[in-house]
Amino acid sequence: MDIQLDWSVIPNNMDVFIQGALLTLEISAISLLLSIPLGVIFGIGRISRNPVIRFISSAYVEIMRGVPLLVLLMWIYFGLGQFFSLGSYWGSIVGLATFSGAFLAEIVRSGIQAVPKGQMEAARSAGMSNFQAMRYIILPQAFRRILPPMASQFIILIKDSSLISVIAGVDLTLKAKNLAATSFRYIEIWTFVALVYFIMTFSLSLIIRQIEKRMLKNEQ
Amino acid sequence: MISIKNVNKSFGNHHVLTDINLEVPKSNVVALIGPSGAGKSTLIRTINALEEIDTGEIIVDGISIHDKKTDINKARTNIGFVFQSFNLYPFLSALENVTIAPMKVKGLSKAEAEKRGKELLTSLGLGDKFDAYPGRLSGGQQQRVAIARALAMDPQVMLFDEPTSALDPEMVKEVLDAIRQLANDGMTMVVVTHEMGFAKEICDQIVFMAEGKIVEVAPPEKFFTNPDSKRAQDFLSVVLNH
Repeated sequence: MDIQLDWSVIPNNMDVFIQGALLTLEISAISLLLSIPLGVIFGIGRISRNPVIRFISSAYVEIMRGVPLLVLLMWIYFGLGQFFSLGSYWGSIVGLATFSGAFLAEIVRSGIQAVPKGQMEAARSAGMSNFQAMRYIILPQAFRRILPPMASQFIILIKDSSLISVIAGVDLTLKAKNLAATSFRYIEIWTFVALVYFIMTFSLSLIIRQIEKRMLKNEQ
Repeated sequence: MISIKNVNKSFGNHHVLTDINLEVPKSNVVALIGPSGAGKSTLIRTINALEEIDTGEIIVDGISIHDKKTDINKARTNIGFVFQSFNLYPFLSALENVTIAPMKVKGLSKAEAEKRGKELLTSLGLGDKFDAYPGRLSGGQQQRVAIARALAMDPQVMLFDEPTSALDPEMVKEVLDAIRQLANDGMTMVVVTHEMGFAKEICDQIVFMAEGKIVEVAPPEKFFTNPDSKRAQDFLSVVLNH
């Protein structure tokens, strides 16, 4: 077998890769921003004293954890799409955000539960409502603790976003697939695409590590 | 100022508080003492409703604390609570620990809250620690910040749950001095403590508890020299002669 690698396909189509990478970042970022409030709301819901809220939150988390993302995306796009079409762009974002939100909910829940009980008691003793104590005392501490697992979850979200190509979500993966289909430079293109995903996720890792360092500098 | 009437509380089958009745007049200082497991901490925590009660009533400054119709958040602003383990907010500086509740609960401006916070910290000997984070402070300093934090809400009543039990011996004095100063200023206080000398010196009443009951209430002169109950005599012979 004689394979001649021709890397010129990369610089010659750089505009396509950049476009694709920007779309991937855009869709991941919007999904991420939507998944954070979902994670906080359902994470708190999981430990609510109200059994109905607790049940709904647990059901959400368990269902999302138990269903593959690929199946969820298909369900939203082809299933739900028969009655109510979100289109591939918003369908992708809704799928990614609800999926990621469930994992964030578990991370948020564990972060809240890791804050010592005395913190809530001190805040409530000063006259704060349960909500105020959460908002001003508990969540800021929980957030510091969960930054590392949240970072992992965000990295997973960026990587998982490559699945949206199956519901025609236009991103780096779909652009690369189309380019590979016309140029036949599979090894060159998919190697480069892997590299681009790695650069995106590794940069995010570094950014979050810096935030973490800055936050911890104040304490101890 | 504090009125505790027929309070009972159980954890499952374990009766932790049995028929508790106690009056603390304004500007009085009351020490709760007794062997561990006597229910002292549970009792003091019922006064600001950190613990629920099963039956009875607790009235602080005219407000029935355990009444369902009471706005407990508002009632608590009138009751300062100091914990054994300080429970300072580790991500906030000393000054921010003191100012956050006045700002968020009472709606004070940042400037007003900081002015008062700095006064309080300075009066407690922490004038150079405004920006220090709790992790950088000694235990005694942390507990004084916690006292300032409680005082920042301008409470009518202060509750101390073993305020010196988590401290190294050399730091006990600075915290007791702060509490003594409050007593001299006429603050109404309840203190759970194992510091017998301190209880004797600053308290108006000693409340001796054992097995969830108040066994004896007496002024310190009487309690420490000639207690009525056998239980208190036994307790004192152990703690005073070691």
